[in-house]
Amino acid sequence: MCTSFKQDLFNGLHAFGTSVVRGTTAADSFKAALYLVSGSLGAATTAYGTTSEVSGTGYTAGGTTITSWNAPTTSGTSAYTTPTASFAWTTVTLSTAFDTVLVYNNTASGKNAVSVHTFGSQTVTAGNFTLTMPTNAAGTALLQIS
Amino acid sequence: MAMITTTHGDMDESLLMKMEGTIDNKVEYTTWVEYYIGTELVHRSAHVTLKEMPTFADGVSGSIG
Repeated sequence: MCTSFKQDLFNGLHAFGTSVVRGTTAADSFKAALYLVSGSLGAATTAYGTTSEVSGTGYTAGGTTITSWNAPTTSGTSAYTTPTASFAWTTVTLSTAFDTVLVYNNTASGKNAVSVHTFGSQTVTAGNFTLTMPTNAAGTALLQIS
Repeated sequence: MAMITTTHGDMDESLLMKMEGTIDNKVEYTTWVEYYIGTELVHRSAHVTLKEMPTFADGVSGSIG
C-alpha cells in the first residue's frame, strides 16, 4: 500500500464505495465521549451511542468536541494524526467507574466511530478529568495507518 | 492557601486531607488527586496521558497494516 494513500485516507480523498456524499471540503467535526468500565466498546464499535456512556453532573451526553487535529502526515511507511489539544472535562462528578473514550465523527449523520482507547479505571468527584494526547509521531500518534 | 472545589463547595485546601497517586505503564501515565473530610471523598480529579497508538478494548491494535 502506498504511504501517500494512507495519508489520503485521513484526508478523505478516496471513496471506494458509493454511500458517502461530501458536500464540502471542510474538515469534519469529531467528538470524544467517555464510557463506563461495564461497556463493551472495541474494534466492533461502529458509531456513537448512549449505551454505557458516562453520566453525571457537568457531563453532556455526546462528549466534548475535538477542536482540531494535526495535519495528517507520513513518516516511513506510516500515516498518522493526533488531536492538537487534550480532551478535558472540568468540574464534573462521574461516580461510576469509566475507562474508555470513543472518538467519533460528529459530522457524519451516523456518528461513525473512529477509534476506541482504554485506560485505567477512573472516577471523578467535583473535579476535572483530562485526557492528554500522545506525541504526534509514528508509533505514538492517536490515529495511525501503518 | 489554594481553594479546592468539593462536593460542599469551594474549601481551603488546609482543611482537607490530600491523597495523590500515579499509574505509569505501557499505555498511560496517570496522576490523580483526592481530597477528604474525614473519610468522605469530596474531590477527585484525574489526568491521563496516553502514550501509545490506540488499542481497542479487545486488544486488537487500532492500526491498519
